[in-house]
Amino acid sequence: MPERVATLSPIRLSVNGREYQLELDHRTTLLDALRENLDLTGSKKGCDHGQCGACTVMLDGRRANACLIFAVAAQTHDITTIEGVGAAGNLHPLQQAFIDHDGLQCGYCTPGQICSAVAMLAEVEAGWPSAVTPDVAAGPVDLDESETRERMSGNLCRCGAYVNIVAAIQDVVG
Amino acid sequence: MTILSPTSIDEAVAALADPAIQVLAGGTDFMVEVNAGHRRPDKVLSLRHIPELRTWEQLPARDDPAHVRLGATVTYTDMLQPDLAQLLPALAHAARTVGSPQIRNAGTIGGNLATASPAGDTLPVLAALEAVVEVASPLGVRDIPVATFITGPKRTALSPGELIVAVRLPLLDGHQEFRKIGVRNAMVIAVASLALAVDTRTRTVRCALGSVGPGPIRATEAEEWLAGTIDWDRPAATTEAPDLAYFGRLVAGAAQPIDDHRGTAAYRRHAIGVLAERAAAQAFGAGSAA
Ligand SMILES: Cc1cc2nc3c(=O)[nH]c(=O)nc-3n(C[C@H](O)[C@H](O)[C@H](O)COP(=O)(O)OP(=O)(O)OC[C@H]3O[C@@H](n4cnc5c(N)ncnc54)[C@H](O)[C@@H]3O)c2cc1C
Ligand code: FES
Ligand code: FES
Repeated sequence: MPERVATLSPIRLSVNGREYQLELDHRTTLLDALRENLDLTGSKKGCDHGQCGACTVMLDGRRANACLIFAVAAQTHDITTIEGVGAAGNLHPLQQAFIDHDGLQCGYCTPGQICSAVAMLAEVEAGWPSAVTPDVAAGPVDLDESETRERMSGNLCRCGAYVNIVAAIQDVVG
Repeated sequence: MTILSPTSIDEAVAALADPAIQVLAGGTDFMVEVNAGHRRPDKVLSLRHIPELRTWEQLPARDDPAHVRLGATVTYTDMLQPDLAQLLPALAHAARTVGSPQIRNAGTIGGNLATASPAGDTLPVLAALEAVVEVASPLGVRDIPVATFITGPKRTALSPGELIVAVRLPLLDGHQEFRKIGVRNAMVIAVASLALAVDTRTRTVRCALGSVGPGPIRATEAEEWLAGTIDWDRPAATTEAPDLAYFGRLVAGAAQPIDDHRGTAAYRRHAIGVLAERAAAQAFGAGSAA
């Protein structure tokens, strides 16, 4: 096998409203860059294959698996991680609801669940249909329990805290 | 490894003159292979920053029938937006069953075509609609009908250095749907899938099957039989249960399923027949509205 040369390039990432300059190997995923280079370890690596959602972040407000994008390719986006959603003393309503409803056990999936839920509420607001919405060319969506479950299906929880996760999200919807 | 991120189709096509370069769209197949160590690209051509590839347009009816042209990096989420979903309902039905919301925000129609998985969810829809794939390379452009584009499991008619630029789909008049069976709704690979599209103008029914063969399969005998039994002057609610069941049997007969860890060939054949019967009932059975 030919020797593999790492190409280091200066790259600029905009994360949680802050600009970061770093030198990265082009092969680095956004998830690894966040965790290893920026020390933003809220985003978790569960599978590295797009299946678990533990790495969910927002790119320009849309949810994305950070394990499935090269950091270099993420340069043009405004990235929001759990660290940018809210912080101690200034929690996002969804963060507070997860606490109030025990929407977690070990907590490993929680940052991804919350980032996913934040973006999901924006999708509902925008009227995007889901697999359980009766009409695909839909109008406003009623975020009931089955819609919530379907819309959160990209985030797995090995502890099985689903019942309380759904309750927490429903609480915020009101 | 280096990544090129051109901002126009012309630049991307020019970059493809380099035989070592690998195309990256939404990354939902590509990055999984990279992270698993199965793909080790030296040069990557990212399509993410080419806005013209992410657009769609309804072509004027100069072509008969009218078409929608979808750029190669139109995502599943884009296919679900009401403007597009109402023009291509079966494609929207397929799109909303793909992966998860995160996967649908990233995955593209061009990537689904190029991957050419037997379980690729858009493929039965594209086959039923007789979509045409527009391909460009430094040597020029060409059109490839979907039926010849997919040449086998994970095999396509793309030559090295060719880029999928767009997919053209005709606009039909009539009921359309996509159905899929998997162990659950989210994040599953189809065990069997089916697309049905009715065109009241040409009085045809198109039906294509996924996950029950090396690529999407058109159930032509079943299509012709069903089209022949329908009262096209008032197609809704005219087809009786025994006819629907017979249609299901004809469709099952067209499948070429195999046994694998997701299901047996016998189960797949049975399941595809049931999907066909239900889809036809929706289109032409009691209470339908084709
Ligand atoms: C968790 C998970 C769940 C999934 N679920 C489903 C599912 O339910 N149904 C389904 O059908 N698929 C599913 N997939 C597979 C995948 O999401 C789709 O096949 C998707 O459409 C791939 O598109 P992409 O843009 O991400 O392609 P990429 O991963 O970027 O590329 C895939 C391949 O296509 C080539 N390619 C991409 N674009 C072009 C182009 N324009 N021209 C030439 N070559 C090109 C690339 O070189 C690469 O070989 C899933 C994947 C994951 C990770
Ligand atoms: S780590 Fe990205 S989806 Fe699991
Ligand atoms: S709380 Fe443990 S994985 Fe979800």
